[in-house]
Amino acid sequence: MAKKSKQNSSAKLGTRKSDILGRGQTPWVYSQTVRDHFFCPKNFMKLEEEKKFKSNAQGMVGSPACGDVMRFWLFIDPKTEKIKQCRWRTFGCGAAIGSTSMLSVMLTEKGGMKLEKARKIKPQDIIKRLGGLPEIKYHCSVLGDKALRSAINDYFRGTNQLNRIVPEEGRIIDPDTKTTDKDIEMAILEGADTLEKVQERTKVGVANPKIIPEVEQLIRFYKEKYSISDSEGKNG
Amino acid sequence: MKKLIYLDHAATTPLSLEVKTAMEPFWSENFGNPSSIYQLGIRAKSALSQARQKIAKILGAKETEIIFTAGGTESANVAILGLSRAIQKTLKKPGHIITTKIEHPAVLNAVLALKKEGFAISVLPVDKHGLVSLEKIKKTVKPETFLISVMYANNEIGTIEPIIEIGKLLKKINQKRKADGLSRIYFHTDACQAAGYLDIKVDKLGVDLLTFNGSKIYGPKGSAVLYIRNGVSLKPLIFGGGQENGLRSGTENVPAYIGLAKALELVQKNKNEEIQRLNKLSQKLIDGILKSISKTFLNGHPQKRLPNNVNITILDIEGEALLLYLDHYGICASTGSACHSQNLQPSHVLQAIGLPREIIHGSLRLTLGQKTTNKDIDYVLKVLPDIVKKLRELSPINISLKNG
Ligand code: FES
Repeated sequence: MAKKSKQNSSAKLGTRKSDILGRGQTPWVYSQTVRDHFFCPKNFMKLEEEKKFKSNAQGMVGSPACGDVMRFWLFIDPKTEKIKQCRWRTFGCGAAIGSTSMLSVMLTEKGGMKLEKARKIKPQDIIKRLGGLPEIKYHCSVLGDKALRSAINDYFRGTNQLNRIVPEEGRIIDPDTKTTDKDIEMAILEGADTLEKVQERTKVGVANPKIIPEVEQLIRFYKEKYSISDSEGKNG
Repeated sequence: MKKLIYLDHAATTPLSLEVKTAMEPFWSENFGNPSSIYQLGIRAKSALSQARQKIAKILGAKETEIIFTAGGTESANVAILGLSRAIQKTLKKPGHIITTKIEHPAVLNAVLALKKEGFAISVLPVDKHGLVSLEKIKKTVKPETFLISVMYANNEIGTIEPIIEIGKLLKKINQKRKADGLSRIYFHTDACQAAGYLDIKVDKLGVDLLTFNGSKIYGPKGSAVLYIRNGVSLKPLIFGGGQENGLRSGTENVPAYIGLAKALELVQKNKNEEIQRLNKLSQKLIDGILKSISKTFLNGHPQKRLPNNVNITILDIEGEALLLYLDHYGICASTGSACHSQNLQPSHVLQAIGLPREIIHGSLRLTLGQKTTNKDIDYVLKVLPDIVKKLRELSPINISLKNG
């Protein structure tokens, strides 16, 4: 019995099976569902779509674990607070792409998920739906769920419901707007390269000028970190 | 079935058929233990000795200077740990070891283990092409230095290090040290990637210790050589019946070592033609990728590189995802991306040549081999741009290419 339950749990979550990629000691493979989503990703933001897509919330996060980046666009019905549409892009591994794709399906299926419920989605929920992820890849699903929560905060910020914002772990830079260093990082990644542009997105320091020097320092730091130029074309 | 295009020869090579044939009689027929006195044992012993002679000849060494081990990692460990432990007692102060940032983990981790045992270590940086500087070596040498370990050619970026020059430099340094009453510095090179393509005459290289293995030169896995110059004394890591000059106890893996000798003979015999052929193919692959895919650049030295190594960075995409796609198309490749490593750390080699994490993400290593054809290269050049386009479409970032 004990043996059986152990098997079950390992089938649900991580598996340490043999290898298709095989560098290092404990190679990993992905479940068929992960592979399906990887090769045919659902709901990702197509290039030609980006300008047209009507979103009222955006989120972008970087993973401290391996340096990956994920971005979310949501269209939330203001009346029902259900997520009607969802788009994403991911700079990361197969698991990261697979879990974002799966998350986007979970959010929009059955007429759309309510924001309050969406905020409670845990990486484990995504992993379960994916038919498991190798342990070493758990953090990739964390990224998607963080990007989602950052988008939800963005929605509340945009609709002036500041009291409903739940800041991510991350350091709060501006207590008034609950802007964290992660929000600033996200703004930079979205192409904001000046203080004004960062403020446009985050409202950081608008009512709190004494924190501006710190914000400027963070902007410099993240710009250097990503050396992102806002004028260059995608494949330029 | 989909054709498999294997472009990961730096990871391992297939066993060549000729090698397989050479090994064949030593599994079930001539299976004797070389230590046994009867005919069967003697046959194994003499075959082993012939294999050793063959290797010695190619290295320009003596038979007694060659020991067999179970892999490149073991050879490097015996060289580094074995020498250090042998020399320890002769030193008054803790001994000092010099190596480089781009060594294989077999060398780096062995050196780090010695650091914990109290040895001093210097890990030298390399330039943006992956070359170590003679000047830096000269400056880093201390009176307590007793070992320098520099790889002959790098497994990730293919850069060929100036081993001959380092050998000459050390000769000079050692002459002066002798006059000054200082102990000499030994030179080890990890030639695992080089043995298939480069000259491995030990006197020409000026090395005291040289490591190479079978699994990178179309020989069997679990077979390797450590060349130990006469007069260099090492302490064993494995104790037992005293085989391999007491340095590697345990019944010899006769078929594997016969195969290793055959493999080395073959690659060294055919290397000039093979280098020419592979140079053409890899250059075509490099030019093709750089031309057809934007925001790409070559890693490693533009000229001083292994003929079969192509290491390219493709910005804005992640390597593991790229490998999954390539695998889908039947292409086997490798990447230095953090997402593809066990510890989520980007390749230490690509870090050492100055690439930041998010750029290392997009690294792709294709290493060609004997069976690689022009057609294979055409196929890669055909499918790769589309894969990259797809993955870039999924990517939220857009890194700008500063200076190639
Ligand atoms: S995104 Fe880096 S490991 Fe998955």
